[in-house]
Amino acid sequence: MALLSFERKYRVPGGTLIGRDLFDFWVGPFYIGFFGLMTIFFASLGTLLILWGAALQGTWNPFLISINPPALEYGLQFAPLRDGGLWQIITICAHGAFIAWLLREVEICRKLGIGYHVPFAFGVAIFAYTSLVVIRPVLMGAWGHAFPYGIFSHLDWVSYTGYAYINFHFNPAHWVAITFFFTTTLALALHGGLVLSAANPETGKESKSPDHEDTYFRDFIGYSIGTIGIHRIGLLLALNAGFWSAVCILISGPAWIFPEGSSWVEWWNWWPRLTTFSEAQYQETMTFINSLEWTQ
Amino acid sequence: MAEYQNIFTQVQVKGPPEMGMDETGNLSSERTKSTRNNTWLGYIGNAQLGPIHLGMFGVVSIYLFFVWFFLVGFAMLQQVNFDFALFIRTLFWLSLNPPPEEYGLSFPPINDGGLYMIASFCLLFSVLSWWVRSYLRANELGMGKHICWAFAAAIWLFLVIGLFRPIAMGSWSEMVPYGIFPHLIWTNNLSVAWGNLFYNPFHALCIVFLYGSALLFAMHGATILATSRLGGDRELEQIYDRGTASERAALFWRWTMGFNASMEGIHRWAWWFAVLVPITGGIGILLTGTVVDDWRYWAVEHGFATEIEYSVPESTLLGE
Repeated sequence: MALLSFERKYRVPGGTLIGRDLFDFWVGPFYIGFFGLMTIFFASLGTLLILWGAALQGTWNPFLISINPPALEYGLQFAPLRDGGLWQIITICAHGAFIAWLLREVEICRKLGIGYHVPFAFGVAIFAYTSLVVIRPVLMGAWGHAFPYGIFSHLDWVSYTGYAYINFHFNPAHWVAITFFFTTTLALALHGGLVLSAANPETGKESKSPDHEDTYFRDFIGYSIGTIGIHRIGLLLALNAGFWSAVCILISGPAWIFPEGSSWVEWWNWWPRLTTFSEAQYQETMTFINSLEWTQ
Repeated sequence: MAEYQNIFTQVQVKGPPEMGMDETGNLSSERTKSTRNNTWLGYIGNAQLGPIHLGMFGVVSIYLFFVWFFLVGFAMLQQVNFDFALFIRTLFWLSLNPPPEEYGLSFPPINDGGLYMIASFCLLFSVLSWWVRSYLRANELGMGKHICWAFAAAIWLFLVIGLFRPIAMGSWSEMVPYGIFPHLIWTNNLSVAWGNLFYNPFHALCIVFLYGSALLFAMHGATILATSRLGGDRELEQIYDRGTASERAALFWRWTMGFNASMEGIHRWAWWFAVLVPITGGIGILLTGTVVDDWRYWAVEHGFATEIEYSVPESTLLGE
């Protein structure tokens, strides 16, 4: 059954934020609670609306189903259902489901007497999503600037939006986000590998201790961050990856920050501007830059 | 509640330095002898810096890395005619470039990509030497080789980009230029030239595992910190002898999403997600321009992209 051997003693009432003990129960392995029911409501409604949208679109190929945001002409208004209204309601459902899921995690943390780190981390992920489909479109004045819900249509959007700024790779916040993503993955491989290599030593050898973990990393790179530290840095790296992803798209688009159609490649000219002392010297530097092979 | 969130270490204890385990009997003599403490490091993790193991492969690796680094710097300085002010003004635009296409797989003249090939050779052997070190350090402590094999996965991607694909394409000019902006242009052009890399399914898998790794580390790091009041960070002890921290960590995810890993199992998930990023990415790059020359067309042909055309401004094709 769904119950683990040690689970029964942990299944106690209490810790709910809303509804006292009214919704305080489990179904199989799942805890429900008031926010579990909210999650089910919003997730089911959203999924049904996506299926309806697929029927209107006339395809059941999962790669091609796409729920598109309203056309730019609608600005920040509600659009007719077939013309982006579905996307708007589905976005509301997604927020309802995500936020309810977060609060359900808080209830589970309270029930188990553990810290709130997981729901907080999930909050950063929700912020990244909200910045793409609410904050940035509102700053730019139209829901049409959000991305469509579809497997390949959202890739088209990423591609199109990136090239709208000539070359998105030159966006400095994009650098920071990518660096955090790569570093998180590196740290995850190192952490997972280290624990496994201590718990699974060579055949016939005794399994190893945290002192061996520290010794390996001190031997290897001269520093071992330790068992608690690696989880702090791992969480910090992962949250920063999400946070800077949100920043890099929020600073692309809103007219008073970095209007659509401007070039992240040219944005970097502030540096030669700053380090030259006359217009002539600046022009000379730019001429040199434009003479480099790859800028031709 | 706030005092249990465990964001940083509030009390740092300073004892005698830990000089490390010695399984072979002569490891201690191969290590540096002194350590330092850094209070800022101590807020997040261990305050102790050092000791470090000194070995031939480590020294060779660091030496070759710096040869590569200074060759790249030298080439950049040459690009600005040793004008240091211009060097500062244009550093991000400068690069050491791979040889032009016409030299194919032959060794080019020193001023036309030859220096680049020598620098690349140094970087390759620096990385391989560091890989040997990752194996030897684990071996002499009697530990598993999981980090070493994860590193090998990263080296696979490195070799695909710098060695296997250029050979398959028949030209060293396919290699990545060593420079801040130029390597971004290379990345951009690889996608534009071969019909949008987003439609490469291995690129998609690579990104899934990359984002998945961030998701997993956020989930795992947060879970361990949340249970640290109960000793959740003592993972090896919890693997060998499950305690309440492990039980609550498991139940949190079971109650949240109906499934949980074990204290050991989560590290297998972690290792595989991280390792699959360069493995799938490497496959995707190796196929690009060799087996498939237009990923968008390939996707349309296989029925998961529509024929809609997305215009790409010509100015994005810098360097083409």
